[in-house]
Amino acid sequence: MTDATQNSARALDLRTRVEARLKARNASERRFRLYGRVAIIVALSFLAVLVGRIAVQGWTTFIDTQVTVQVYLKPERIDAADPSLANYDLLVAESVLASVGEQDDDYGEASGKVMDIMSNDLGFQLLRQVKADPSLIGKTVTVTGPLKADAALYFKGAISRSTDEADRKLNDRQLNWLDKLDKAGAVKRGFNWQFFTRSDSTEPEQAGVLGAVVGSAMMLLITAMLAIPIGVLAATYLEEFAPKNAWTDMIEVNINNLAAVPSIVYGLLGLAVFINGLGVPRSSPLVGGLVLALMALPTVIIATRSALKAVPPSIREAALGVGASRTQTVFHHVLPLAMPGVMTGAILSLAHALGETAPLLMIGMVSFVPGVPDGFTGAATVLPVQVFIWENASERAFHERTAGAILVLLAFMVIMNLAAIIVRRRFERRW
Amino acid sequence: MPSQRDDAAAQGPKIKIRARDVNVFYGEKQALFDVSLDVPERSVTALIGPSGCGKSTFLRCINRMNDTIPGAVVKGRIEIDGEDVNDKALDPVVLRARVGMVFQKPNPFPKTIFENVAYGPRIHGIASSKKDLAEIVERSLKRAGLWAEVADRLHQPGTGLSGGQQQRLVIARAIAVSPEVILMDEPCSALDPIATARIEELIDELRHQYSIVIVTHSMAQAARVSQKTAFFHMGKLVEAGATDEIFTNPKDSRTQDYITGRFG
Repeated sequence: MTDATQNSARALDLRTRVEARLKARNASERRFRLYGRVAIIVALSFLAVLVGRIAVQGWTTFIDTQVTVQVYLKPERIDAADPSLANYDLLVAESVLASVGEQDDDYGEASGKVMDIMSNDLGFQLLRQVKADPSLIGKTVTVTGPLKADAALYFKGAISRSTDEADRKLNDRQLNWLDKLDKAGAVKRGFNWQFFTRSDSTEPEQAGVLGAVVGSAMMLLITAMLAIPIGVLAATYLEEFAPKNAWTDMIEVNINNLAAVPSIVYGLLGLAVFINGLGVPRSSPLVGGLVLALMALPTVIIATRSALKAVPPSIREAALGVGASRTQTVFHHVLPLAMPGVMTGAILSLAHALGETAPLLMIGMVSFVPGVPDGFTGAATVLPVQVFIWENASERAFHERTAGAILVLLAFMVIMNLAAIIVRRRFERRW
Repeated sequence: MPSQRDDAAAQGPKIKIRARDVNVFYGEKQALFDVSLDVPERSVTALIGPSGCGKSTFLRCINRMNDTIPGAVVKGRIEIDGEDVNDKALDPVVLRARVGMVFQKPNPFPKTIFENVAYGPRIHGIASSKKDLAEIVERSLKRAGLWAEVADRLHQPGTGLSGGQQQRLVIARAIAVSPEVILMDEPCSALDPIATARIEELIDELRHQYSIVIVTHSMAQAARVSQKTAFFHMGKLVEAGATDEIFTNPKDSRTQDYITGRFG
């Protein structure tokens, strides 16, 4: 009886003590949850601001303003024997002037102003048509091509009449022409497919990302083909076969250090070893891929080793227990089980390599390449470097392209990360 | 030598495994001290003792699984049919084809049931044809008492089976290679009593064909399934003999204390 009362008294006492502290305990949990939510909101809002800003700046890149002009190919101005000598831009300008009811003056000032709003792509198109079919000379031909970037910016609202005439690229006369052309239905807006089908150009309205996208893809192919097999096999050897001694410890420390080496150092290494030492052509996807493979290698090795470490030892014992050799154990059982981790690590390190700029500047990839790379040893540029080049350009229209190219780069990365997730899901198995 | 007291009680008179003065070191730490033990053919030998007494270590010496542990050194002599398992010329792969092993936690490969059983015969080139391989798989699963339960789902993952079924799958995987010896390291410690009973029945059937060495924490299990029992304590073999003898009339006071539950 006394025991029971004592026990219940003790229980009551314990209860009051626990309850007294319970409030503080719950409060600390609530506080921690709040911190967590705030941290996530801050991180997401930074991301939203970043992507939002780029999207706002860059989305107009994907709108294309095309102008259609009827050009009379004056026979006295084109030499049928060598049509490339004629000034087609002037013919275009004169036709545009005619369509807005004006004429060129003696000094060619009006036509010069027209050339500032019409892309020289129209002239090139005429040249190509005449070359292909000289009988066009003396006839009227319809050509459709982009407006010059500044004129396109006017239609996108980036240049407005309210700005003082002296402070803007286009004067009132040019804007009037553009308005007339637009009213006449000669200006069409559409999706800018050309941004994806053309490479870099000195003219912003003709510049596209195709060359950079293909360059990036070729370079990543080299990187993947070198870094993944070498990295995975090196990690497998170190983790599963190499003896654990001072040497392998040192190698492990060095690999971890290499992963932290600033990327530009890899650029210097590539310049010294691959270009100056081995004579690999500079600014080619090959040399870029080699440098990025060196850079990605430590990451792939580290990811592979941790994936191998995560494979339960029971699987190794199971395989060894039925008499598999060490190589069979590793390649039949351990490595396949580590594959999701290996592939995730590999794809993420490739995504990292895709966004790398600094080392590529060192090996001469920061050059004007107006086309798709001519093979793995041809001159090439890649997306992040293209962004860098355009951002440094003085023309305002290039800055719009910069944001557009960043969006393409981000899309590329999102696709790679999605691939990483899908691959991981695919390979994931229970054990 | 074969005139040892326990041999008369064992099922077969022949000694399958003969261990002499086995010492094992994990780095600086010595895990086994001068263990000498005979394992009779076609019978079950149980290794009992408190945790950390070295019984699993001894078991892993028999198929050289200790090779895989860095810093492990095995001294002494272990013979299977007179052949030294630690002979440099003997590849552990050959040894492990002769000595199958079943582990504490069921560890099927994350592959299909068929692939689990077929793996051993495949890497050793035992099957001559696909049909032959399928027969080996069927025979092994039947012998492990699993065939009736999995015959219609051979191509589903082995990891989808229950714990007890997985352990029988693992036994089938070991049998498929046609070993002479099967080592079992606490094969029932992760299983419920019904699955345990099923495995114990299986062990009792298997002993007619294989020499089985089983490590167990359960003295009741040792008493039920084994014909010979060896009691380990602090890395030393304290006592070995016929199971009835050990459980009814132990010679050593430590054995007596352990089997009566006074420590361990």
